[in-house]
Amino acid sequence: MIEIHKDIENNYLLITVEGEADASSAIHLDNSIKESIEEDHKIILVDCTKLNYISSAGLGVFMSHIGEIEEKEINFILFGLSEKVMNVFNMLGLDQLLTIKSNKEEVLAGI
Amino acid sequence: MNYSFDIPPSKDKLRQMRRFVTEVLQKHQVTELETNMMVLAVDEVCANIIIHGQPEDSNDYVRIIIEVKKQGIWFEIIDKGAAFDILKYNEPVLGELIKSKQKGGMGIMLVKKIMDEIKFKSSKNQNSLRLYKKVDF
Repeated sequence: MIEIHKDIENNYLLITVEGEADASSAIHLDNSIKESIEEDHKIILVDCTKLNYISSAGLGVFMSHIGEIEEKEINFILFGLSEKVMNVFNMLGLDQLLTIKSNKEEVLAGI
Repeated sequence: MNYSFDIPPSKDKLRQMRRFVTEVLQKHQVTELETNMMVLAVDEVCANIIIHGQPEDSNDYVRIIIEVKKQGIWFEIIDKGAAFDILKYNEPVLGELIKSKQKGGMGIMLVKKIMDEIKFKSSKNQNSLRLYKKVDF
């Protein structure tokens, strides 16, 4: 089960992800991120504060868009990952490939 | 003590399995971080079986057996689908996955990183994958 909200705040798009990104639900996350990239937002923030679980299907969503994010020079930032979710990103070294910040304040201070 | 759970052959049912495994591990005072890792490994294996190993109209459940030992935990995952030996699978390189925009391939990497021992056995009727994780109880 996953719930995704999209809001425009100031000069960025905020995607809020709640619940679990697994083999059955990751498709919704993928659609939402794909759509956001197509909409040509220059700054996309993903709030993972309420993301309780992520499996490789969820990681794959972020991985598969890395190329396009770079090509389109989008400032794409994840924040608010819990210790256990962050741990899954770290295990495969995805923390080196994606921009991950601890909280929204830290993100806003840098954009 | 052993625990078992039968997962109906649908991706939507993986959540129930994860809840079951989480409750078992919590009962044995495994930390939240370690619990999440083991749940993840089992989830990856079961998702693979349900998505790739079984025919779509299959009614066969995937059975998971958890055996809590003194120094660690064994998970056995039994299915009747096509045999897939993860030990013989060559994981893709992360950089290539990004280039090809592929979404798959990382699940098995995670299983191998998380677990301390992996054994696969396939017979005529069923496949059994056994995963062991050391735990400081």
